[in-house]
Amino acid sequence: MERFELRFSGNAPLVGRAHVGVVASGDLEVLMEPANETVVSVRTSVDGFEKVWRATLERFFARHPVAARIEINDSGATPGVVSLRLAQALERTKA
Amino acid sequence: MSATMSATSSSRGRTWFEALGRGAPRIDGGPASVLAADVAIGDETVRMISVVTNPDNRFPRAREGEVGLDEGWGVAARVREVFGPEKHPILAIVDVPSQAYGRAEELYGIHLACAAAADAYASARLAGHPVVSLVVGRALSGAFLAHGYQANRVLALDDPKISIHAMGKQAAARVTKRSVEQLEKLGEEILPLAYDVRSFAKLGLVHELIGGVDADAPSAEDAAKVTARIAAAIADARSGPRDLSSRLTSREARENRAASIRVREALAAQWG
Amino acid sequence: MSVPALMSRTSFVELNARERARALLDVGSFRELLGPFDRIESPWLARQNIVPQADDGVVVARGTIGGVAAVVIAIEGAFQGGSTGEVSGAKIAGALELAAKDAEAGKPIRPVLVFETGGVRLQEANLGLAAMADVHAAVVALRAHVPVVGVIAGMIGCFGGMGITAGLVSRLIVTKQARLGLNGPEVIEQNAGVEELDSRDRPLIWSLTGGEQRHAVGLADDLVADDADALADAVRAAFDRGAPAEHASERIAFWRARLDRLPAAPEGMALRKLWTGDRP
Repeated sequence: MERFELRFSGNAPLVGRAHVGVVASGDLEVLMEPANETVVSVRTSVDGFEKVWRATLERFFARHPVAARIEINDSGATPGVVSLRLAQALERTKA
Repeated sequence: MSATMSATSSSRGRTWFEALGRGAPRIDGGPASVLAADVAIGDETVRMISVVTNPDNRFPRAREGEVGLDEGWGVAARVREVFGPEKHPILAIVDVPSQAYGRAEELYGIHLACAAAADAYASARLAGHPVVSLVVGRALSGAFLAHGYQANRVLALDDPKISIHAMGKQAAARVTKRSVEQLEKLGEEILPLAYDVRSFAKLGLVHELIGGVDADAPSAEDAAKVTARIAAAIADARSGPRDLSSRLTSREARENRAASIRVREALAAQWG
Repeated sequence: MSVPALMSRTSFVELNARERARALLDVGSFRELLGPFDRIESPWLARQNIVPQADDGVVVARGTIGGVAAVVIAIEGAFQGGSTGEVSGAKIAGALELAAKDAEAGKPIRPVLVFETGGVRLQEANLGLAAMADVHAAVVALRAHVPVVGVIAGMIGCFGGMGITAGLVSRLIVTKQARLGLNGPEVIEQNAGVEELDSRDRPLIWSLTGGEQRHAVGLADDLVADDADALADAVRAAFDRGAPAEHASERIAFWRARLDRLPAAPEGMALRKLWTGDRP
């Protein structure tokens, strides 16, 4: 398991908070809540992929520059699944 | 496999049943692997129950002292016979290597047989019968859940061969994909993974560790000493709660089962 | 079932624990206790380099069932095989203990357990086992006041110490996709050898412990289709029926008599011929 924290510049406020996903093989859970600055705390079962995480998250925040505290508990999800879960979580914050 | 099984099998369940029973007559009703007797301890008449080896057990997977189909239902029967207005205490003598692992066991509902035994002990406790268990050997996994873990008070001999755990070492190593050595090392760092009884006691789950007795061949003095501790535990149970909440109040529990306590507090606050 | 009815079915098996709890509670009544944002996770997993989950794999939800106050406790089988750790076990036991307190005070409460687990989490070993004993104690205490309803949907099923819990509930509802036992097939094969049980022989495993078999021999009370609405109906009906005169785990004479009538070999179909009638 590896853990790291990544910071991004985001300023669009979130309406609510959301939780999606499960820590199951190939999946992850995302906890997303409003915050003043954007910090993503990642815990992942697969070591050595911090760069890939950074790139995946950069793409997400480029499209959705939200100010959010995000926690990710990952069990080996692909970048595609990560992006999907983030988008799902963001959608749910609006519900 | 069976060679290693018999190498680790012991007769402590029978040894301590006889040492504490002091010749009290066996109560019939079967199976032969479930020993029961009523013995006087102080002013109390205590129903003692022990699950023991039986090489002739009709279910081959339950010959080494495992809790199997007949044992689960048999224990339940011996416990429920005691139910009545007098609230006699019940003593579970525990040396159970595991539940019985077998195809017939699953098909014929060993989960329900173990539930019946756990149910009987829990119902006895809730009805006001002091239920004490005395771990003299192994108290493993589903076998301990069925026979002993529902007690108001868990006593254990302070002996290196005592093992209380969720799963036997070899089986746990296979399931968690670790070596036995890794498992033992982890147990030194992470308390709930340890196999020895002193580590187990640090979780706040043991009422008292009884040291200074020969666990394999108890003398009359050893038996008298343990009997006195059983009597004290019975008296303590009579004055305590009928549920298992006392397992969460000790200093050890507050330290090492902190999350168990915190979850209950948080749930109560949000219950509404 | 007609085509439109089939089209409108929602598979319960495919729902996660949170969705399952929601599906069993009256529409709009779901309120989660100790949800992911409370962040009470396992204190033991990260220390072993295992990624924890914010709810530790158990969803506790208050709400109503048939208009009566309820609590649904649903195990998430996808996280660590639904295994019972210190926190997940304390959530289950703690919720049942609070339900018992309500019941003792005369407040109505409908408790439901949705199983999906292999049993104790070996990474938390002794604290998982201790929690399991607490769960058993709580079910026995609670069912003296109100029925406790259990649901096994699949695909993991219900094994280990939680299989014992399933043996303690007042009424057990299963689907064809459910399995129920004490020892999982892999554990039996590892401990007793492949000649005792070949864990890869799926038809054999299902013939021994599958939902249909368990129902046929009286080890489960209701066999229901894998449909969220049908399961919610079955749960409501179980509460409307009330507590059984005697719980299965109390019927010693009945089950011991059955164990005197066994087939020549431990085969599911042969057992169904012997253990018929007088359904508990």
